[in-house]
Amino acid sequence: MVILLLGLTLVVFVLFNALPGDPARLACGKTCSPDVLDAIRHRLEYDIPMWEQYFRFLKGIFFGRVYGDNPATQLECAAPCLGYSYLRHESVLGLIARSFPVTFWLTVGGFVVWMVTGLIAGIYAALKRGRWQDRSLMGIALLGYSMPSFFIGLLLITFVVLQWHWLPFPKFAPPEQDPARFIQTMLLPWIVIAVLNAAFYVRLTRNQVLETFSEDYVRTARAKGLPERTVVVKHALRAGLTPIVTAAGLDIAYLLGGAIITESIFTLQGLGQVSIASIRDFDLPIITAITFISAAFIIFANLVVDLLYAVLDPRVKVG
Amino acid sequence: MIGRLHKTAPGGSVAVADANDDRPFLEVKDLFVKFPTEDGLVHAVDGVSFTLERGKTLAIVGESGSGKSVTAQAIMGLLDRHQAKVSGEIWLDRLNLLALKPAEVQALRGERMAMIFQDPMSSLHPFYRIGDQIIEAIQAHRSVSKSAARHETLEMLKRVGIPAAARRIDAYPHQLSGGMRQRVMIAMALINSPALLIADEPTTALDVTVQAQILELIKQLQAEFGTTVIVITHDLGIVADVADEVAVMYGARIVERATTQEIYEHPEMPYTLGLLSSIARMDRDVTGRLEPIRGNPPSAIRLPSGCVFEPRCPYSGLTGGLSKTTRPELLPTGSGTDHLVRCHLLPEQRREIAAEVMGKLRSVKA
Repeated sequence: MVILLLGLTLVVFVLFNALPGDPARLACGKTCSPDVLDAIRHRLEYDIPMWEQYFRFLKGIFFGRVYGDNPATQLECAAPCLGYSYLRHESVLGLIARSFPVTFWLTVGGFVVWMVTGLIAGIYAALKRGRWQDRSLMGIALLGYSMPSFFIGLLLITFVVLQWHWLPFPKFAPPEQDPARFIQTMLLPWIVIAVLNAAFYVRLTRNQVLETFSEDYVRTARAKGLPERTVVVKHALRAGLTPIVTAAGLDIAYLLGGAIITESIFTLQGLGQVSIASIRDFDLPIITAITFISAAFIIFANLVVDLLYAVLDPRVKVG
Repeated sequence: MIGRLHKTAPGGSVAVADANDDRPFLEVKDLFVKFPTEDGLVHAVDGVSFTLERGKTLAIVGESGSGKSVTAQAIMGLLDRHQAKVSGEIWLDRLNLLALKPAEVQALRGERMAMIFQDPMSSLHPFYRIGDQIIEAIQAHRSVSKSAARHETLEMLKRVGIPAAARRIDAYPHQLSGGMRQRVMIAMALINSPALLIADEPTTALDVTVQAQILELIKQLQAEFGTTVIVITHDLGIVADVADEVAVMYGARIVERATTQEIYEHPEMPYTLGLLSSIARMDRDVTGRLEPIRGNPPSAIRLPSGCVFEPRCPYSGLTGGLSKTTRPELLPTGSGTDHLVRCHLLPEQRREIAAEVMGKLRSVKA
């Protein structure tokens, strides 16, 4: 795990620093004399060999680092230092710490909405397999799955916010300040995130439940005289949960790296928005850091999913 | 040994309760089960009727697809009402199961009637401890505390011969051997002292040595609890050890029904003769060839319009074409015992054929 993360920093770092383009020139602006350019390049530490840049980057993560030789203009970046953005004049970590809660709450809320609807609708469709309830749910799921999220988002804003004034325009407010307002403003982004994912989970849940329905132990559960609800949830769904958990873990990790389109529609200043802005500005330290963090989430989610397997299935042994 | 609560009939509505006190403990009457499929209507059970007195053991014998398991699942109410069309009557303890609501049958399942299945590996839930699975069966029908249910489970596990039961109660199914798992299934089926136990091929998936132990256990527990048992099997060899009575099924119908002794000594239906000829037995000459029944079972979508066994029957020519055109009824053989047979051959013809076939078998043995 640690080795994997270290390897990840190397790949990400080399990848972005090998890109054509000069961050110093971009930081300097259009009217820029060669002297100033050199000075910036020196301050940004782009004038040293790449392996040393990488080493300093790594060292910064664990011990912090200081930019510049001149004590007057020195910038201190405390550990864990992920770099400093000259374009925004801000440490990358601070920027991420500011935008991450938005992405986090967007993901968590969306996750709850899509899991609840996905599981319930999936189980219901499985119970009504082949009948009109099943067919219409699957049809709706296909529709939701094939609609682009910006379309759903814009549709919701147009009608729910502008036309009917049911909800205010989404604007992130931390939940600890005003929970009611938090839910009110985040509801639409959650729905947009949920529609796409719920559509997938309805199908997944339905198929998993149907598959375990034909298992002998589900027949045993019925033969014991258990109520149908217990048979479905405790016996059938429980046994088919593993792939659902796997998919859910990776989907959360993916979204935590920034839900670019949803954040853009609702102008939520999360990691996704920051990523786009940084790519546009070629703000290397931020791009590097966000890529690294997103990938780290995926690795971490994989680990959590593996551990969950052992909890879910007693036949799986850890280690 | 095991405490049990007084049982009340669920529902108890007039429509399903029967005033007729003479009704046998279990009576299946004109049972039909059909599955609509894309290829056509599958006639899984085609007019099955039988009765069984309390405390007796009936063996339903037949090959795969003869409808024996579906009959059992129909009794248990385990067939999906949307997929299987079930008609007829099933009277258990003077309740018509087919007229009850699903919730009422559910209340009887595992309480008054229980079932054990062929493959004990796949029949136990892999994610739950065996003790918890049995406790769940107790609490589905009786409001007892978890600790009381656990105590009862432990006693039952000891009773079915699980060594170190106090430790094994917390084991997962994959940690037990096949024989142990089947013992757990038996413990789970009998935990609520059901009046009827259906064992669907209980030993097929087990080693030969374990098979005998499991059958012996079922017999012991039956005597102890006074349970009525239906054993479903394709193996006539195990029937002699456990059953009082035998029903031979072929092509979705019962083709012969008699006491176990009668079936072994005076079989009449050519299909039964074929089954008896194909048993491998230690007391027979091992150099002799086993005699298979030629041909294949009939398609359940197109059952023969006459006798279901006609296409494979070596003696069908003797009926003068009757077995091709007319469906034979399950009728007394006239030998005085409760021996029923579904065959167009004349009684004398049947006895002659049987005497010849059985004589051949005995001569090989000598």
